[in-house]
Amino acid sequence: MEEGIVLTMRGICKSFPGVKALSNVDFTLRRGEIHALMGENGAGKSTLIKVLTGVYAKDAGEIRIEGIEDAISIRSPQEAQNYGISTVYQEITLCPNLTVAENMFIGRTPGRSVDWKGMEKKAGALLDSLGIPARPKQQLGSCSLAVQQMVAIARAVDTECKVLILDEPTSSLDDKEVAMLFRLMRELKARGVGIVFVTHFLEQVYEVSDRITVLRNGELVGEYEVEKLPQVELVAKMIGKELEGLSDIKRRSAVAGGAEDVVYEAEMLSSTECRPFDFHIGKGEVNGFTGLLGSGRSESVRAIFGADPVTGGRVKVDGKSVKVQKPYDAMRQGIGYLPEDRKRDGIIADLSVRENIILAYQVMKGMGHPLSRAQAEAFADEYIQALDIKTASTDTPLGSLSGGNQQKVILARWLLTHPKYLILDEPTRGIDVGTKTEIQRLVLKLAEEGMSVTFISSEIEEMLRTCSRLIVMRDRNIVGELTGNELTQERVMHTIAGGGKEDE
Amino acid sequence: MNKNTKGSALANYSQLLVPLIAILLLVIFNLFRDPSFFSVGITTNNNGDPVLQGNLISILNGASELVILSMGMTLVTAASGGQDISVGALAAIAGSVFVKVLKSQGGAISPVLVVGAFLLCCAVAMAFGAFNGALVSVFNIQPMIATLILFTCGRSIAYWINGGATPTISSPIISAIGSFVPGMPVPTPILIVILMGIFFALLFRFTTLGLYIQTVGINQGAARLNGINAVGIKLLSFILLGACCSVAGMIGVSRLGLINHETLLINIEMDAILAVAIGGNSLGGGKFRMLGSVLGAYAIQALTITLYAMKVPSTDVKAYKAVVIVLLVVMGSPKVKETVERLRKRAGGKRPAGAGKEAA
Ligand SMILES: Nc1ncnc2c1ncn2[C@@H]1O[C@H](COP(=O)(O)OP(=O)(O)OP(=O)(O)O)[C@@H](O)[C@H]1O
Ligand SMILES: [Mg+2]
Repeated sequence: MEEGIVLTMRGICKSFPGVKALSNVDFTLRRGEIHALMGENGAGKSTLIKVLTGVYAKDAGEIRIEGIEDAISIRSPQEAQNYGISTVYQEITLCPNLTVAENMFIGRTPGRSVDWKGMEKKAGALLDSLGIPARPKQQLGSCSLAVQQMVAIARAVDTECKVLILDEPTSSLDDKEVAMLFRLMRELKARGVGIVFVTHFLEQVYEVSDRITVLRNGELVGEYEVEKLPQVELVAKMIGKELEGLSDIKRRSAVAGGAEDVVYEAEMLSSTECRPFDFHIGKGEVNGFTGLLGSGRSESVRAIFGADPVTGGRVKVDGKSVKVQKPYDAMRQGIGYLPEDRKRDGIIADLSVRENIILAYQVMKGMGHPLSRAQAEAFADEYIQALDIKTASTDTPLGSLSGGNQQKVILARWLLTHPKYLILDEPTRGIDVGTKTEIQRLVLKLAEEGMSVTFISSEIEEMLRTCSRLIVMRDRNIVGELTGNELTQERVMHTIAGGGKEDE
Repeated sequence: MNKNTKGSALANYSQLLVPLIAILLLVIFNLFRDPSFFSVGITTNNNGDPVLQGNLISILNGASELVILSMGMTLVTAASGGQDISVGALAAIAGSVFVKVLKSQGGAISPVLVVGAFLLCCAVAMAFGAFNGALVSVFNIQPMIATLILFTCGRSIAYWINGGATPTISSPIISAIGSFVPGMPVPTPILIVILMGIFFALLFRFTTLGLYIQTVGINQGAARLNGINAVGIKLLSFILLGACCSVAGMIGVSRLGLINHETLLINIEMDAILAVAIGGNSLGGGKFRMLGSVLGAYAIQALTITLYAMKVPSTDVKAYKAVVIVLLVVMGSPKVKETVERLRKRAGGKRPAGAGKEAA
């Protein structure tokens, strides 16, 4: 093996029934580099990583790792771990009710009795050296998501770690937390760890990465040094054509500025998870909740949909007082809700793509009126086409689709119900750049056709592009509302940070 | 885009493979052992009617209660991710109620009375099912634990219903349910199984129950956010299982012409759970195929009858059964499936993959 290279993968192939997820892919990782793995939804990034970590057995190809003469075969994540390959998945897989130290060492303390004191000391030292703001004795669940993720990384790198893999680690973090994570990544890089970084955020790639490998449709497009690959070119390589500009998206305020008739109105609405708030949305309006993670924005929209038990408030839909106690009530009023946590609240992993798409529509039709197979098939095909969902067939279990494509299926599910008011909580999470703009366009098109949309996104630019009114939240309270020419990045940041409006 | 629909349709049926292979192996084994094992003959019964007879018929007939219970067990398993271990006890309760009503009119058993008795015992069993279901769905108790209550005290309740007696009933109507309807050569329990099968087929065809049960079983939280009443669906699955228990109890009572609350369908809960597992359904809930459980139930019954036919002492039957069942369950496990899949791929996928291998 060449000097400085920790890992090579050559000619990797992997097929699933009906899909060739990887064909002949090469990948090289050097010591002390951050290597971004990029590609559209379904390009094969996660599959490549799962082959590397022994979750899937490869059909062909070879993997070599520094310090070992022969090609190695990795049959389980445990074996990968033994070779010094550690992974942190997007979903945190630790136990929230154990302490930080326990989470870092449990399951790997060799031998009989656990040395609690020593464990805590070691954990403390490691956390300090990596600059992670957590105490060993703290319950993991009480840390922020970002810190939990960093603990997961600390757990991963504690062992003799040569290769650290991060599959979309930042998709549920806000800017500050991302910065914290990047500091940690640089620290590890300086220690000589090779880091594989999967993400759909281009800016982040350019901020931390040294090199980029691009996949498209399971094939290798190429490996590039970051400085030599301008952003536009990277996108072109990912999607195989030039990306249409974002400029035409800017039209929204012209369309949905003076929405008159109020579709949905809530007064002092509260749930077990959120404090009372007032809210309304007009026909054809796109508005949004913004604020840091944990500021209560998701909890507020969950209250609107009845996702958490509603504890009080008055709700009017189209001017008529209605009761929305549970999701079904909201659906009957023509409200749809795409949840933030796709895995926990959205997907029915073992059911087919078809069944997942028709689910909400079917529920609204009622138990005694099942859709015919042909009808369901037609609906599924329609949305697979419209949203360009990559799936082998309508019968494929949803759980086997790539993350981004799962998200599109959930979006399809709610579009099929033709709601008059659609709530989208992080609809573009895990979605590739090309599709992201498609979804923003789609939202604006739907609004033009008269649908009201509430949009939540961690990316402020995305919200500025689509929303004509932004409701800003901090510490579970609404602290401001921005419209018209107040809708600028600085102004939003300012309000979030607390310098904002007088009505505090 | 749809090029692979054929492959996945096949995958839909692969779940039935294990019980089918099991049944096939038992058939072949028995044919070797005794070529006339499966010969079906016609004899005349006590009433002078021609009826079908033979080992095959007695397997199909004897499996009836188990098949019906495993139908309901499939639904409970799918929706709640757990199993109901009180089905035997509940069938005994239902059987006791059935007999109690029949005895209530001082001996004269009219068709109307039988229908009334069945409806009442069905209602009672469904109420107990609802009790189990409420513990599971409303109070979030593990199904095995929740049904442990009725498992423990169910037969005592049955005892109490008939005041501790084991009353016998003799009536042409009851024996028609338990054995043959005059003029019909097929045993009635088999016909009842077919009726139950049709009932469930229609239920799944004309309602969305199947979709809802699977959704709730896979991801309850997401089911709720899609407007499905998850608590109600779980409750319903237990109520349907209760109905199945009453049918099984009625058949069991009618076969013997008496209710013995201690022995009626004793130990059947484990076979019903096994039938679900052998049928390729995950005991952790979610996706299900009722046909799989039905085939699983027949496989278990075929095994039992084969062992008896081989004159295995009844105390040893359980041990032999256990061995075979371990094999079946292992055969259907994901690990084995994965390995088979891998071997098949290795055998079939040599051509294009070779290029990558030789590259180094
Ligand atoms: N277990 C599986 N069974 C069947 N098909 C699968 C399985 N895992 C992945 N695939 C398919 O392989 C292809 C590549 O998926 P993969 O998850 O690697 O994409 P990805 O690049 O990570 O996309 P995303 O950005 O959306 O996460 C997809 O078409 C997907 O449907
Ligand atoms: Mg992925």
